[in-house]
Amino acid sequence: MPLLPRPSLRLLASTGPALISVGAVVLAWETYAAFSGISPTTLPAPSRVVAQVMEHRGALLDNAIPTLGATLLGFACSLAAALVFSVLIDFFRPLRRALMPVFVISQTVPLVAIAPLIVLWFGFGLAPKIMLVALVTFFPMLVALSQGYEATDRDIEALLASMGASRAKIFRLARLPSALPYFFAGLRISITYAVVGAIFAEYAGAAKGLGIYILNAKNNFRPDLVLAAVLVSATLTLVLFGTTMLVQRVAMPWFQLEGDRRP
Amino acid sequence: MSDIRLDLNNICKDFGGLAVLDRISLQVGRGEFVSILGPSGAGKSTLFRLLTGGVACDGGEIRFDGNVLAGANPFAFMPQRDALMPWRRIIDNATLGLEVQGASRTAAREKVAPLFAEFGLAGFEQHYPSQLSGGMRQRAALLRTVVQNRPMLLLDEPFGALDALTRTAMQRWLMTMWAQHHWTALLITHDVREAVFLSDRIYALSARPARILREFVVPTPRSCRGLVSSETSRIEAEILDTLLSQQPDQ
Repeated sequence: MPLLPRPSLRLLASTGPALISVGAVVLAWETYAAFSGISPTTLPAPSRVVAQVMEHRGALLDNAIPTLGATLLGFACSLAAALVFSVLIDFFRPLRRALMPVFVISQTVPLVAIAPLIVLWFGFGLAPKIMLVALVTFFPMLVALSQGYEATDRDIEALLASMGASRAKIFRLARLPSALPYFFAGLRISITYAVVGAIFAEYAGAAKGLGIYILNAKNNFRPDLVLAAVLVSATLTLVLFGTTMLVQRVAMPWFQLEGDRRP
Repeated sequence: MSDIRLDLNNICKDFGGLAVLDRISLQVGRGEFVSILGPSGAGKSTLFRLLTGGVACDGGEIRFDGNVLAGANPFAFMPQRDALMPWRRIIDNATLGLEVQGASRTAAREKVAPLFAEFGLAGFEQHYPSQLSGGMRQRAALLRTVVQNRPMLLLDEPFGALDALTRTAMQRWLMTMWAQHHWTALLITHDVREAVFLSDRIYALSARPARILREFVVPTPRSCRGLVSSETSRIEAEILDTLLSQQPDQ
């Protein structure tokens, strides 16, 4: 890592490569769309997708809000459940052996199969979306937390035990904080799954949302609108992803000092 | 050694049929600094786990101030690696034992803060452990140990992970601290020089199953310990002979 004197230069050094690679893909796509002779109604150029986003921003925003709502609500439920269950299975080992197979099996169910069924059972409202988002995010969060607890330094636990700390106290003082880096690693992955899960649930049936917007655009042979909705959902995901990074910085100031050695 | 605090009587311990400790008997008197010296893997740390309540012994008796050890343990334990919590600032690491005992965070901080200068940590209260050098981390760990105000310190190779120069500096520093505070301490180490430098008495342990080979008394006054004297050299040589004669395979 070369020493760069100014923060602006350092920022450029860290974001530059990403900007260049993304720019190259967009440029290649734009060039191909312009010179391949494929009709813009089949393969719209990036410029056209952006133009469509601008033109339909009202409708897109209108549909993005329910998607964001379902994502956040579903994710919040899943987080709360993962926290509760991770603590339970950490304290009661037999419970882990009883529940883990159930959780693993829940992950083997294909989303395409279960999404229409959940919509069939629970209707077009918010409930089935929350459930699907929770279904796809619960397990990664649970695994991340469990692994985090397990990663606790044995010396620290032994030290606390020698101080006379109870099991609950050891959990609160050592295991829980030790799990934080793992928690945030899981959070970063899960938040991207959450958006996809919400869109998929809407795709299976909804009154409003980016998923149903994409379905309608596809049925009307408007790939440019499909991609416009995709661009909106990608932006949404990136914003949520960035938010988790910010929260991590605030929640774990010590972690930055360690130079991101751990997950 | 008129006033015995810790009294181990014929302690035995085995793990799944593998004998680890074989009839260990030792005493530590009030204000005495005693070392247990032995090869690695000899079960020195197991001895500490018996004392701090991590495991129960299979035979023998541990008494402290005349009473059989049970329940609340009278020891403040300092582990081999510093075991500082990376997510806590140094001051909050130092107060850990007090917090576990139920003190409020403010009360604990007030009690610990005045000791930072003496431990060479003034100005580093708000730092995180990763910002400190190895020697400073070890001093912070010792600070965390002594503020618990337990009757006796258990030190498990506290300087083992440090480089040679820092280790020597830390040993000298610990010596001056000990001279002021007269803690009762039991030190585990495999560093003969360290044991001779710091201790009043030394127990040499055999390889597993660990038994006590011999007890050494270090007669040199503490003020002369820093210097190379024929007497300390003689004791060091004698201890080394005792330990090495036990290991025919090396």
